[in-house]
Amino acid sequence: MRPLTLGRLLLRCGILALVLFVVVVVALKLGAVQVSLYGLGRDVIRVLLGQSSSISSDYGMIVVDIRMPRILLAIVVGASLSIAGASFQALLRNPLADPYVLGVSSGASVGSILALMLVNQLALSPAFAGIITPLGAFLGAALTILAVYFLGRRSGHLDSGTLLLGGIITASFLQAIIMFLMSTLAGGNLRGASYWMMGSLSTPPPPSLLYLLGFGFLLAAGAIYTTASDLNLLLAGEMEAMHLGVDVPRVRLVVYLAASLLTGLAVSVSGTIGYVGLLVPHAMRLVFGSDHRMLLPASALGGAIAVVIADTIARTVVAPSELSVGAVTALVGAPFFIYLLRRRLA
Amino acid sequence: MSAAHRMASPKGSAGDQPHGNPDVRLSVEQASYVYAPNPSQAPLFTLEALSFQAKPGEVVAILGPNASGKSTLLKLISGALEPLSGRVFLHGFATHALSPKTRAQRIAFVQQESRLLFPSRAWEFVLQGRHAYGGGLRFETEEDVTIIRNALAQVGALELGDRWMDKISGGEKQRVILARALAQQPLLLLLDEPTLHLDIGAQVDLLDSLRKLAAQNRYTVIVVTHELNLAGEYADQVVLLQKGKCLRAGPPAGVYQRDLLEQVFQAPLTVEMTSSGRPRVTILAKK
Repeated sequence: MRPLTLGRLLLRCGILALVLFVVVVVALKLGAVQVSLYGLGRDVIRVLLGQSSSISSDYGMIVVDIRMPRILLAIVVGASLSIAGASFQALLRNPLADPYVLGVSSGASVGSILALMLVNQLALSPAFAGIITPLGAFLGAALTILAVYFLGRRSGHLDSGTLLLGGIITASFLQAIIMFLMSTLAGGNLRGASYWMMGSLSTPPPPSLLYLLGFGFLLAAGAIYTTASDLNLLLAGEMEAMHLGVDVPRVRLVVYLAASLLTGLAVSVSGTIGYVGLLVPHAMRLVFGSDHRMLLPASALGGAIAVVIADTIARTVVAPSELSVGAVTALVGAPFFIYLLRRRLA
Repeated sequence: MSAAHRMASPKGSAGDQPHGNPDVRLSVEQASYVYAPNPSQAPLFTLEALSFQAKPGEVVAILGPNASGKSTLLKLISGALEPLSGRVFLHGFATHALSPKTRAQRIAFVQQESRLLFPSRAWEFVLQGRHAYGGGLRFETEEDVTIIRNALAQVGALELGDRWMDKISGGEKQRVILARALAQQPLLLLLDEPTLHLDIGAQVDLLDSLRKLAAQNRYTVIVVTHELNLAGEYADQVVLLQKGKCLRAGPPAGVYQRDLLEQVFQAPLTVEMTSSGRPRVTILAKK
């Protein structure tokens, strides 16, 4: 009987952070242009010292201006999707819940596209688009999860099979809407349909938006983390959680809004990257157990690691061309989903 | 009710009626409830106003056939439902008006079954009972660990501590669930058909430990059950319900009358008194 302590929590997170650091270094090194570890170390130190102007080499530019922002984006997107996945699993009491499987990511995509179209229609400045796109994605995500929640209810109870089916159908319906919007109304800067359906990290947003993304991530992830021990009890059911002292309506609202925000932020800058929110929390549960005080930060770091790796694969295996990062995660995630489903049915 | 008693009772917040008698822990006063899809439609189920009181250390059994309102009454007592009329007081405070945390510190509710989404060890499960005593992200203290150890020991499940919840038997699981309720250190222990999935030996064990816990820890135990004989043997009071109506409340010897039970349970039966003054019911075959 050894309950979780702060020391153990920090130690485990430290180990995961170390793994993330190693993965980031490898990801910086790999790519169409080869970079030596020495050059990489030298340039990273220069950037940290604020002497990026003294980096003259071509690969310095590739590393600092191209690969680094992309990796930072992968970290935030991976962490957001994983925390959202772990939160939805607890909130809906369904171990197969994930922003992609439930259609929430597709809802966020539709929200992003509509927001971008609004920006085009009203001829707003592109800077404004940087704020309104995540907002549209957040609203799209929040409305979708609400719809799926009510689709999944049968005679007053949340039925896990119906919920998943409702989510998958909603996703397919929303993807049809994405295709429709892309083929009939697409403007210049709406990106392609494959971006919204399979995701891509190839065009990181400008630094200002990256800051907004980071801030939104910290806000939403922090809000969810304050409910971490409540989520442990919510897994046993809302009635039971209430009798153990959880303020269920408050926790539900906080997690619902924050997980929608995380999904919306991630989708608005990277499109739909599937299965991260399913794979990562499950892997972390196997290693660290299902206490959300440990699971949530572990999922954030694990999600960052997973998406950095997936994106590195996506941009290297068919270099100089690129795969969609969502295709890489789906290749691993879809079979894993089936495995989990079979195990649950058994 | 004397003036001195009224002075001694805890002060209630606005709208609460502090109860006068400090010997009474739980007081159900003309509490009723109605389930209706919406206010304009005919109600699906009505629990008519009923009253009873329970003291510390008492075991109360709520008895009745299916759909008689047993679980509804238990939810009213737990504060999960707000009575349509009347009140349920725990030491003078209306249970439904307590904050979730305060309520969990005073009332422990053992439900019919506890489903787990992800595997957890028995001690982790029992530790959930300490949730109401921590704030936000507070990590469990040594004191919490001592309390859950004692709780497991009290139900004879200390050796189950490190086992996985999905790898132990129904009876063992029930004891661990009971240990979690004890870890809440409640005043009131509510159990909704705890004997449902247990074999006879485990049923007797459970009721026996409830009896002892009520005496040792001064809990007021309210248990919903179908088991006439277990209730007759172990309860200090019985509340007999039928179709949402409370037919009788009081000591089993007074409530267990052949005509009444035959009418409520729709089965021919006999009632005899044992040497200990407890009623024993025998169900007879229908002719």
